[in-house]
Amino acid sequence: MSNRIEKTLTLKAPVEKVWRALTDHEAFGQWFRVKLDRPFEPGEKSTGRMLIKGFEHVRWNATIKQMEEPRLFSFTWHPYAIEADVDYSAETPTLVEFRLEPAEDGTKLTVTETGFDALPAHRRPDAFRMNDRGWGAQMENVRAYVEGEG
Amino acid sequence: MSKARDEAADPAAIFAALGDGTRLSLLEKLSDGEALSIAKLSAGTRLTRQAVTKHLHVLEGAGLVTSARIGRESLYSFAPAPLGAARTYLESVSAQWDDALGRLKDFVER
Repeated sequence: MSNRIEKTLTLKAPVEKVWRALTDHEAFGQWFRVKLDRPFEPGEKSTGRMLIKGFEHVRWNATIKQMEEPRLFSFTWHPYAIEADVDYSAETPTLVEFRLEPAEDGTKLTVTETGFDALPAHRRPDAFRMNDRGWGAQMENVRAYVEGEG
Repeated sequence: MSKARDEAADPAAIFAALGDGTRLSLLEKLSDGEALSIAKLSAGTRLTRQAVTKHLHVLEGAGLVTSARIGRESLYSFAPAPLGAARTYLESVSAQWDDALGRLKDFVER
């Protein structure tokens, strides 16, 4: 994968508890800080309103993809689409995946967000041959982030 | 011009503009800093002038190239600033996830 954000963390809680925190819409809403209109259903739209201070004007709009208990929960959305007067619906959404694995002291959770459409891997070597005009470092930073080091 | 600036501030437009092999190849040709005409940019490719023009307009809309009219020709130049904006955007999305996952951790471990 070329353009992704990836986060891995170990949670000191059993897989079942983490699964519920992710997939029960009220539990999800508590930690994500969003008031969701209805339970998550694969293939269905999920709507709601953000509760984070300063972002109360932001609507939550996602489409639930997979709910494979207890190991995979995924949805597509427009990441942090926070401008109230911008219509994000025409943009290609990103895919967010939560993967759960039992760990010795709880649950290993891996979160990925992909589809930023940044820099396709097969085009990179020749497209980003660096020059010394000062933008190479920025390009490297973008590449580092889209490769998941961010 | 204000439309171009608005689009330049939109990370999705930048990513979408970058997410195409033909456009990346055009940026590559412009990456040494020299301003090039559409004729030069389409030379040695299978792309028509119309196709090159269309892709250049997308890049220009995302603020990744600028154009200047010299006589009868438009010359196109690479403009790197949006790459910084794209980076900042990914940083902010990444930071938002850190915040959210911190709250998840508190939620399930309490």
